[in-house]
Amino acid sequence: MGSKERKAFDNPVIEWVDSRLPVFTMMQKEYGVFPTPRNFNYFWNFGAIAMVMLITMIVTGITLAMHYDPNAANAFNSVERIMRDVNHGWMIRYLHANGASFFFIAVYIHIFRGLFYGSYKKPRELLWILGMLIFLLMMATGFMGYVLPWGQMSFWGATVITNLFSAIPLVGDSIVTLLWGGFSVDNPTLNRFFALHFLLPFVIVGVVFLHVWALHVTGSNNPLGIDVKGEQDTLPFHPYYTMKDTFGLVVFLIIYVAFTFFMPNSLGHPDNYIPANPLVTPPHIVPEWYFLPFYAMLRAITFDFSLYLCGAGAIGGYLIYQYAWRKAPDECCKSLTVPLLLAAVVLGVPGALLAFFKDVPALHGVIDMIPFKSVSLMPAKLGGVLTMFGSIAVLFILPFLDNHPVRSALFRPWFKPAVLVLLVVFIVLGVCGSKPAEGFWVPLAQIMTLAYFSFFLIAIPYFNNNEPVLKLPNSIHEAILAVPKSLVIGLLAIGLLAYAPSAAEAKVRADSEQPSPSAPEDKAEVPPVAEEATPAEAPATAEEGAAIAPEAKEGESEHAAPASEEAAHPAEGAHHAVPLPRQDWGFQGPFGTYDRAALQRGFQVYKQVCSACHSMKRVAYRNLSALGYTEGQIKTVAAEASITDGPNDEGEMFDRPGRPSDHFKSPYANDNQAKAANNGALPPDLSLIVKARVGGPDYIYGILTGYEAPPAGVELASTQHWNKYMPGNKIAMPPPLGDGAVSYEDSTPTTVDQYARDVVEFLAWASEPEMEERKQTGLKVIFYLVIFAGLLYAVKRKIWAKVH
Amino acid sequence: MSADNSPQQHGPADGETRRDFLFLTAAAFGAVGAGSVAWPFIDQMNPAADTLAMSTTEVDLSPIEPGQAITVMWQGKPVFVRRRTPEEIKMAEDVDITTLRDPQTDEARVQKPEWLILVGICTHLGCVPQGQKSTDVRGEFGGWFCPCHGSHYDTSGRIRKGPAPKNLAVPKYTFLSDKSIRIG
Repeated sequence: MGSKERKAFDNPVIEWVDSRLPVFTMMQKEYGVFPTPRNFNYFWNFGAIAMVMLITMIVTGITLAMHYDPNAANAFNSVERIMRDVNHGWMIRYLHANGASFFFIAVYIHIFRGLFYGSYKKPRELLWILGMLIFLLMMATGFMGYVLPWGQMSFWGATVITNLFSAIPLVGDSIVTLLWGGFSVDNPTLNRFFALHFLLPFVIVGVVFLHVWALHVTGSNNPLGIDVKGEQDTLPFHPYYTMKDTFGLVVFLIIYVAFTFFMPNSLGHPDNYIPANPLVTPPHIVPEWYFLPFYAMLRAITFDFSLYLCGAGAIGGYLIYQYAWRKAPDECCKSLTVPLLLAAVVLGVPGALLAFFKDVPALHGVIDMIPFKSVSLMPAKLGGVLTMFGSIAVLFILPFLDNHPVRSALFRPWFKPAVLVLLVVFIVLGVCGSKPAEGFWVPLAQIMTLAYFSFFLIAIPYFNNNEPVLKLPNSIHEAILAVPKSLVIGLLAIGLLAYAPSAAEAKVRADSEQPSPSAPEDKAEVPPVAEEATPAEAPATAEEGAAIAPEAKEGESEHAAPASEEAAHPAEGAHHAVPLPRQDWGFQGPFGTYDRAALQRGFQVYKQVCSACHSMKRVAYRNLSALGYTEGQIKTVAAEASITDGPNDEGEMFDRPGRPSDHFKSPYANDNQAKAANNGALPPDLSLIVKARVGGPDYIYGILTGYEAPPAGVELASTQHWNKYMPGNKIAMPPPLGDGAVSYEDSTPTTVDQYARDVVEFLAWASEPEMEERKQTGLKVIFYLVIFAGLLYAVKRKIWAKVH
Repeated sequence: MSADNSPQQHGPADGETRRDFLFLTAAAFGAVGAGSVAWPFIDQMNPAADTLAMSTTEVDLSPIEPGQAITVMWQGKPVFVRRRTPEEIKMAEDVDITTLRDPQTDEARVQKPEWLILVGICTHLGCVPQGQKSTDVRGEFGGWFCPCHGSHYDTSGRIRKGPAPKNLAVPKYTFLSDKSIRIG
């Protein structure tokens, strides 16, 4: 960019800077007048949305880092301090936690858009590869970020994922020790993960810069996938696409903040509100939802690769190469096809028996007869790890696998259904990944893994040689004239807006029962199907387009609902002998608030009953002001506790009356004392109990009221009790509540049911003291964003009026 | 924005006002939003609730003999508690306050003349002055001396010489009994 081509700016300050460093000229060229295809649909918003999410993550992340303590002893506490004490800390943390999910949603849609419209093809191969690199970096960053709160899922997720590297032959174990900086995941691991989690986002920024640079060299692809022929095909980036992107962004943000403020934990796991414990693994280790499809592929390889399987695979691979990758198979191969197929079957049958039917008792006799069955060329563990990394590797090499001359799926009669099937396969894999690896989920995941790789390694190469090449429109300009574009765009916008609440609703249903990682994925991936249908069919008539949109929408909500219900049921079945009844809590829902009287009664129950064994370390006496107590009352309550302080001037610890700034005094000095006093069972800390249990308040209420005589034939140890809602039904805690055990000052009935309700209300408050402020803020933010979106839509329409 | 090649800027005059109004409204709305988003990210740096709650310290005065001083921590800062001798009190009270840089009587700085309670931070640039221990240099006025830039404080903690602009600050404190105080 030499100064000779530079056009002078009117503003003297800008001109002074620009003549020395032409940043304004560059911005003008790349974001002002940059020629952009005029036919983008709303899928082209997601690059900009992902960029905004990246910035959001960096800003919230840096502010969190100002309060976070990357030390295994204090990490969990510092996160809770952010949630409870740091000004707006809860908001910043929830924005960051949900922002990760929404960053991935934006990126998944962005990737699928590139896949569908062939944006990875020549000349944009490097652009795609850089994008994949960003995706990979995001996965590393997301994983390490999830470790930082140092809850149970953090710890065990870190253990499982770092153990992937132990599958590497010979050096695997040394690599894992290197990653850990010790002999297990511990403080050194946490320290380095924090350092890398801080660093990688800036690496991502660097690669994003290259990604955008590469984009500005080749120019954008477009829904038709044809090249820009001239000026009539393009519009300047500003104001057309700046406004369109901004509008789309604000709509996206509405969904994002709805999650952040009204169901902030629905995409996470309750287990992560339990501090990390290296001695106990939670029953279901599940990664964050955005890793689930890849996790499913990792777990799908449950078998060692026997001689037979490898032999059959080699022959199959050869045949696939001959028939799918080559234009026509070799002559010699043609004649050998039948014998080769026979050989593959002969090898494949024992291979399959060994791999998939080992546990079928009826086949044991047959399996025992197979010779050399103990010879394994690759253990299942390594196979799974290679499959998982391979599933990402095929995305990297996709531009070189696919050399069909047509880009957009709109003009590829075979590719289009195949890529939509791929989407379904990916979603099903995600669902499989969220389930326990047992029953029919295992073969389903195996079939889906096969389907995933078949798309890239069989279908795509086959299409290269055989898929018919349709006649493409002459130019973008001509194609647009044939479509009532504004109508299509309007429908799409309505579809998007209508979609948001229905998705959120499906989520609400799912999340109160169990956080279902599959639902957000539907959300991320389903809109492409809906929207894809519209531009494809719209050229016919406007009415047809109108008919398609609602239909697609319906299909989509249908899709979301069963998936989330599905998610809830097996988990419950596994956990609770009796399904947990839903209770009607006044603090739930977008307008729910705590009942101050119930909170005070609940505190009374806690103080007189629960606190005899359970600590509540994260709540301070001063926090009781939220229950409606006066300063004087709080001082009295605090002073009843005797707190150990010191050392004093003589170097000795001493007891003093509690102060409002002290945290609730624990009944035991430490966990070991608590265990010793309770027959070896540790009474859990109650500060986060409602957030840390699947089912939340319903579960706690269930436990408190679920005591029964054990069914006939069940033997209980003397220290055990039968509770119908406890996972496994055996519980060490004796029934804590009895009618009349606590006397209320008002006329509230003193029944077990009432005590349980009140104490659950109090415990819910202890878990989420910010809840009321969070919802109020959320309502304001959404109100603001909806109005802003309306304004932006009006602005966008005004600006685009000339074009349509 | 010099992007004057966008077609709407050459539109017909009648639509102009309404359009400008729309654009301005949207821009103003966006600016208000950006401002409100910025606030939590700035305010998070202010002291957190637990930090604010810890803002009092109780001090037992019984072990302090006349002429002695102790230093206690309050809000992460040193607080000087000095039990003054009658001579020191007299010295502080006899000063002609019109000669002071930061004129203040000794009575205004103490609740009980025997007990002088000060935030032990030099008002120049934040160092901790010497003079708490009997072996310390106490400066030319028998109070405290800040070694960083040579400020001298008298037995009432007032600045007498050197670059500091103000007297040593007196924190808010109350006598809980004759022998104990709460600072903050």
